[in-house]
Amino acid sequence: MKFIDEYQDNKLAKALARRIAQHSLKTVRLMEFCGGHTHAILRYGIRQLVPKAVELRSGPGCPVCVTASADLDKAIALAHLPGVIITTFGDMIRVPGSYSSLQKAKAEGADVRVVYSTIDAVEIAKGNPQKSVIFIGIGFETTAPTIAASILKAQQERIRNFYVLSLNKLTPPVMKALLDSGEAKLDGIVCPGHVSVIIGSHPYEFIPRDYGVACVISGFEPLDIMLCIDKLVEQIERGEPKVEIAYPRGVKPEGNKKARQLMEDVFQISEANWRGIGVVPQSGLKVRGKYEQFDADKVFSVSLKPSKEPKGCRCGDIIRGTATPLECQLFKKLCTPESPVGPCMVSNEGACAAYYQYGAADDL
Amino acid sequence: MDDTILLAHGSGGKLSHELVERTFLPFLANPTLNKLDDSAVFEASGRLAFTTDGYVVNPIFFPGGDIGKLAVCGTVNDLAMNGAKPLYLSLSAIIEEGFLLRELQRIVQSIRKAAEEAGVSIIAGDTKVVNRGQADKLFITTSGVGIVPPAVDISGANARAGDKVLLSGTIGDHGIAIMSQREGLKFSMTLRSDCAPLNRLVSQMVEVSSRIHCLRDPTRGGLATSLNELALQSNVGIVIEEAKIPVKEEVKAACELLGLDPIYVANEGKLVAIVDPADADKILARMKKNRYGRDAAVIGEITSEHQGKVMMKTRLGPSRIVDMLSGELLPRIC
Repeated sequence: MKFIDEYQDNKLAKALARRIAQHSLKTVRLMEFCGGHTHAILRYGIRQLVPKAVELRSGPGCPVCVTASADLDKAIALAHLPGVIITTFGDMIRVPGSYSSLQKAKAEGADVRVVYSTIDAVEIAKGNPQKSVIFIGIGFETTAPTIAASILKAQQERIRNFYVLSLNKLTPPVMKALLDSGEAKLDGIVCPGHVSVIIGSHPYEFIPRDYGVACVISGFEPLDIMLCIDKLVEQIERGEPKVEIAYPRGVKPEGNKKARQLMEDVFQISEANWRGIGVVPQSGLKVRGKYEQFDADKVFSVSLKPSKEPKGCRCGDIIRGTATPLECQLFKKLCTPESPVGPCMVSNEGACAAYYQYGAADDL
Repeated sequence: MDDTILLAHGSGGKLSHELVERTFLPFLANPTLNKLDDSAVFEASGRLAFTTDGYVVNPIFFPGGDIGKLAVCGTVNDLAMNGAKPLYLSLSAIIEEGFLLRELQRIVQSIRKAAEEAGVSIIAGDTKVVNRGQADKLFITTSGVGIVPPAVDISGANARAGDKVLLSGTIGDHGIAIMSQREGLKFSMTLRSDCAPLNRLVSQMVEVSSRIHCLRDPTRGGLATSLNELALQSNVGIVIEEAKIPVKEEVKAACELLGLDPIYVANEGKLVAIVDPADADKILARMKKNRYGRDAAVIGEITSEHQGKVMMKTRLGPSRIVDMLSGELLPRIC
């Protein structure tokens, strides 16, 4: 495969950095919504390449991080039910809930399995007909179509012991919630690349129109992100915020219709509970009534103690973009990837994990 | 029907003897092993190096090797990383009931081939069979003994400021080859594991220079983890340049797809050498003449600053910390 080095070219990066420096006059605050972007920014040292006037903040785009403690508690309680196999994406099992984690539940005897794709979870259900196999559905518009596909597959193949606990979330509504709160004081948003492959660019149009905030969709290679920052700074300096695609090889304005149809067939829009943000209307996906036999929320009931957040943990602020990991008292002290206090230190896509793993020279 | 391993093969009785005599001995035969005594008796003098390692790789067959080749190369390489000339290995196999006999034979043949290439003999062995589910197909543990030539002093604690950091070739080949075969993540590619014995490469390096300070094979945790270990052990700082690290196109592509960084992906046939700067060119030239060092490169150097830490100048220019791998390598979700 080609076209990787091309997007990491040192000379082009420097030229873009110079361009950004040339037209950057105002101090601007940009939020990279997606955890994948946060990681690329720190991994390649993009923070050091852009002028000081351009501040980069991480956002809520880490599927594991935004899963509410109460939802995680529910997943853990489900894991302890007799005859249940929990299947989930890898990072999820290490995240501390209010009282435990899926990893602890596993050590205590619960059957918790990491899968790489939802279809594997369906296969596990097929292979264990006497057990109830529950997939913990997390993620945004990128993973929701694959989870929808797993429910359809289970239906087609008459697999009656496969269930989804749908904790899926939607991107544009939470962006709206963040902008409504006004806390993060954003000038521009580095919009998620993979989510936009599915939803296209139209759903972001309310952001420049109603909030005057610039939006540019970015890929995940370092030059993609540099180009995106350049376009954002240019829009902000000109005072002409709009939605632009700086990732045309991946994103079409209309997105991927087929994937969206799959999502719409299986899920209906509902409110969702976001860690650090709270309940946001119309920002989640629940399994539609016609597929309720696959809906873990309908089929199983568990009683839960009230959820609580770890003391001193600022994951909530970091998810909302009102603090950086460096501002958290626990960061690198009580909270490390080996013994994480909050979800942002656990996930591969979490901001704290990225700051920890890829600290810049001046953080030494 | 295919012959399978039965619990009785581990009973110590007739079937156990048959298994050893038909499956292991014909391939691994040597005068010491053939005696089938309770322990192997051998001559050795000088400074000895001794190491042991367990192998539980999944899947057991992968492009470029299998658990047998890995069990030989891994232990041979651990000996070589202290400059030792590997001589003898012991090999203990824990086999899950129901394992196919022909697969076991294939693995024993591969053990023999790897041992031949490395120039080592397997002089002690053991087999056990456990109930289905108590092991995953086959676990192998090998221990190895080697002789350290006089005047060779290679240790992870020997790096000094000014030393050069050499890498013997492309990184991430083994880890990505394994991941490409793993259940649920299968993707098709032509990449093969780099699994190989490095002892001859090391002895050629030692021949041209007596100033090789540290050697390490960056297996689990990848290059990043090995460099961090060396920085801590020697209490020095290490600076490397991302652009100088050789990575195959296929590995780059797979890493981009999965959201992984090749410096954390496992290798089984690569080494990092920290050497006196005056000898770096000479050592590099010798490495390049060996098939396992063809793509060798100088990737960085040792500094007295930021002791215990590894810094990397990224492809784009800025520098950042390179930490050890924490937790498991997992593909991204979104």
